[in-house]
Amino acid sequence: MGLRIGIDVGGTHTDAVVLDEKNLLIGAVKTRTTPDVTSGILAVLSRVLKVSGIDPAEIKAAMLGTTHCTNAIVQRRELARTALIRVGRPGAEAIEPLVEWPIGLREVIGDIKYLIHGGHEYTGEEIVPLDENEIRNIAKELRDKHVEAVAVCSIFSPVNSDHEERVAKILEEELESIVPITLSYEIGSIGLLERENSAVLNAAVVKVAGRAIEAFEKAMVDAGIGEAAMYLSQNDGTLMSAEYARKYPIFTVASGPTNSIRGAAFLTGLNDGIVVDVGGTTTLVGVLVKGFPRESSIAVEIGGVRTNFRMPDLIAIGCGGGTVVKHRDGDVEIGPESVGYELVSRGIAWGGDTLTTTDIALAAGYARIEDPGCDPRRLKGLDRAFISRVVNKILERIEESIDKIKTSPSPMPVVLVGGGGILIPPGDYDKLKGASKVTRPSNYQFANAIGAAIAQVSGQVDKIYSLETLSREVVIKDAKESAIKHAVDAGAHPSTVQVVEMEEIALPYLPGNAVRIRVKAAGNLTIA
Amino acid sequence: MWELDKQGVEDLATGAAILGTGGGGDPYLGKLMAFSVLEKGMKIEIIPPSDVPDDALIIPSAAMGTPTVLIEKISKGDEVVEAFKRLEMFFGKRIFATMPAEAGGVNSVNPLTVGARCGIPIVDADGMGRAFPELQMTTFHVHGIRCTPMTLVDEKGNVVILDAVDDLWAEKLARVVTIRFGGTAWIALYPMTGKQLKEASIHFSLSLARDIGRSIREARAVKADPIDAILNVTGGYRLFEGKIVDVERRTVTGFARGAAKFEGIKDYDGSELVIRFQNENLVAIRDGQIVCSVPDLISVLEMETGLPITTEYLRYGYRAVVLGMPCNEKWRTPDALKVVGPRYFGYDVDYIPIEERMRSRG
Repeated sequence: MGLRIGIDVGGTHTDAVVLDEKNLLIGAVKTRTTPDVTSGILAVLSRVLKVSGIDPAEIKAAMLGTTHCTNAIVQRRELARTALIRVGRPGAEAIEPLVEWPIGLREVIGDIKYLIHGGHEYTGEEIVPLDENEIRNIAKELRDKHVEAVAVCSIFSPVNSDHEERVAKILEEELESIVPITLSYEIGSIGLLERENSAVLNAAVVKVAGRAIEAFEKAMVDAGIGEAAMYLSQNDGTLMSAEYARKYPIFTVASGPTNSIRGAAFLTGLNDGIVVDVGGTTTLVGVLVKGFPRESSIAVEIGGVRTNFRMPDLIAIGCGGGTVVKHRDGDVEIGPESVGYELVSRGIAWGGDTLTTTDIALAAGYARIEDPGCDPRRLKGLDRAFISRVVNKILERIEESIDKIKTSPSPMPVVLVGGGGILIPPGDYDKLKGASKVTRPSNYQFANAIGAAIAQVSGQVDKIYSLETLSREVVIKDAKESAIKHAVDAGAHPSTVQVVEMEEIALPYLPGNAVRIRVKAAGNLTIA
Repeated sequence: MWELDKQGVEDLATGAAILGTGGGGDPYLGKLMAFSVLEKGMKIEIIPPSDVPDDALIIPSAAMGTPTVLIEKISKGDEVVEAFKRLEMFFGKRIFATMPAEAGGVNSVNPLTVGARCGIPIVDADGMGRAFPELQMTTFHVHGIRCTPMTLVDEKGNVVILDAVDDLWAEKLARVVTIRFGGTAWIALYPMTGKQLKEASIHFSLSLARDIGRSIREARAVKADPIDAILNVTGGYRLFEGKIVDVERRTVTGFARGAAKFEGIKDYDGSELVIRFQNENLVAIRDGQIVCSVPDLISVLEMETGLPITTEYLRYGYRAVVLGMPCNEKWRTPDALKVVGPRYFGYDVDYIPIEERMRSRG
């Protein structure tokens, strides 16, 4: 295994690292995130190669954690005109598709939706057969409406995906141009509306993800690493191949925080603990379980849309390195506004007029920033009592979030990472409530890019099985095998793949005859 | 008579979740179904019990089945229109109105859609004034109204009319039919006359749910305390403020039983509260003393938002306010307490109304 590059795009900074075979850090670079994201990635790529002083030919793989898809959804830019086909008539009419979407987002993607006959029961039996003519007629309309992507969602497709796959096959036959088709069972789990939303979001970002991947591939060629394999990091802390990412780009939307959590695990050697990632605008608190981020068990909203695919369980605090601090009626007010990357022009220490949390850390004397523009003497006028009240308030908010995300009162190790890691005074580490030990590892500011570079590859299955005709042993074996197959398909080396998580849930009020099984398998990346 | 608009549905769903006292199912899907009928131009009309003629036929409606199927197999929407037609044929009489059997949780919202689609009003009343885990725990049952004849329908068009010898058989047979339907059924049950409705139901529970939801929304809009707003509307009490430090649970014959322990904060520092639940919250015990019990309502609300936390989502670390609210007077008779009092749920204590408990605590 040769050298690897890990790149992570955050809201404020884009970071890159080069690691060797033994995961030793060869070089690291931090740059400003650019509005178009791509040009910032290109800049950081060439700079990290330069500071590492290595032969680009030695780079065997490049891992990218990017916000392209998240930004596209949140800013409603570059989204594909997407048609949804819901397979579920005669049922499934009581709630219109996309009904709870923000109107603006719905309009941007075209608000094109169809309801057709089909779908399955929880047992896997057909509710009614698929009507092929219905699909062929829709294909004609899709051509006329210049649809750029299609999402298909059928009732109980996580139990039986046959109808979704047949709809895709007929559409491919009928549509001359190649339109990407997202099948919901490959994206989300049980819960028709959330899975349908997830599939539509995925279809809508296929175009923007494709462009980002092409731009990155070109940048790799330009930087002399065109031969290296390319991967994207995803929400669960594992990698997907560029080919896989083109089909399932939605799995990149929370890769940033996940990379930080994984990087924190790597830098400290901890497998279980709490990770506090202090960014420019927000601080994210997550949980590390067996080396991976704990997944959220409830519906997570993206851009105002409820989804149900795998996402890390995070608590966001509106308090980062650029957060604005105010004095109001004798009380301290922190955030949620932030100056973000304008810290270096608007922060008081930089001669600006806005008091930020970083100014407070500098004034309190425990932070030092190597920047000729930054002069802590500008903070002389600040009241000492006020400074310590702000510091305490930030600590309290972090303590409360740590407590909320834990599942028991016993103290856990806490790892601080991220560029704004300066927010907690090192002198207060042993005072942090709920923490057995607080660590800020060296290279903490590159935890996210390192997390991207060290990621494994995984496959996951979440399915309801009917036990009326199959035994429990048979269905568990089937679930494990398909999770392992998904991992290998995603680029894992077959001999290293292991089942890392398995959960079996009996369905209430359906005694004994159905079970939901979730399996996750992960393994090391195959690097040629 | 009043009409429910989108905002009204939203408020009612929020209030219903609080009246759900930790159970009753998430009103989210029911709310979206109601939005859909409003978008189609249908009307949701609510009438007070006094507007119902004594000889009119009233049939409550609900969804039945496992939540996992409910969230996946979205219904057709007009299944229950067919169910109502069949019941009209069975009784040889027009149905005047529908209503919820349960004002807490998802089945408070479902009848709104049913009424709108059938073009009949929804009576501002229900059979619980809250949520309860078992079918017979209604004031209808206490007043001798039978659950059957009932109908069950599915999205495929199957209709089952069920006339059981008693409510226990009704429950058993309905469960089997629901499983064969594919895990969910729309049901119409507890047929009654207008006269029975006026005597046996809990009046104005829909407007109470809507008022609770509205008061939370309005309080949040002006950054006032949503908890105070709820207490004003319900005549309830702030029982405790604390952090959840322990949750134990076990599943027994389809019911999630367990207990949550809260450690006091702010004014309640140094004190401890335990809530025991079986799908719904049953008893609240502060420092060893019962402060509220069924059939009075116990709701756990997130401190910042005032939104309810259901028993399945109770977990370590939540900061919450625990509210106790008086139940309807209909639940406070000896006959009713046999069905829903603390003893029925296995607590060997007398029921003392929350107002009395609070008075004696000063």
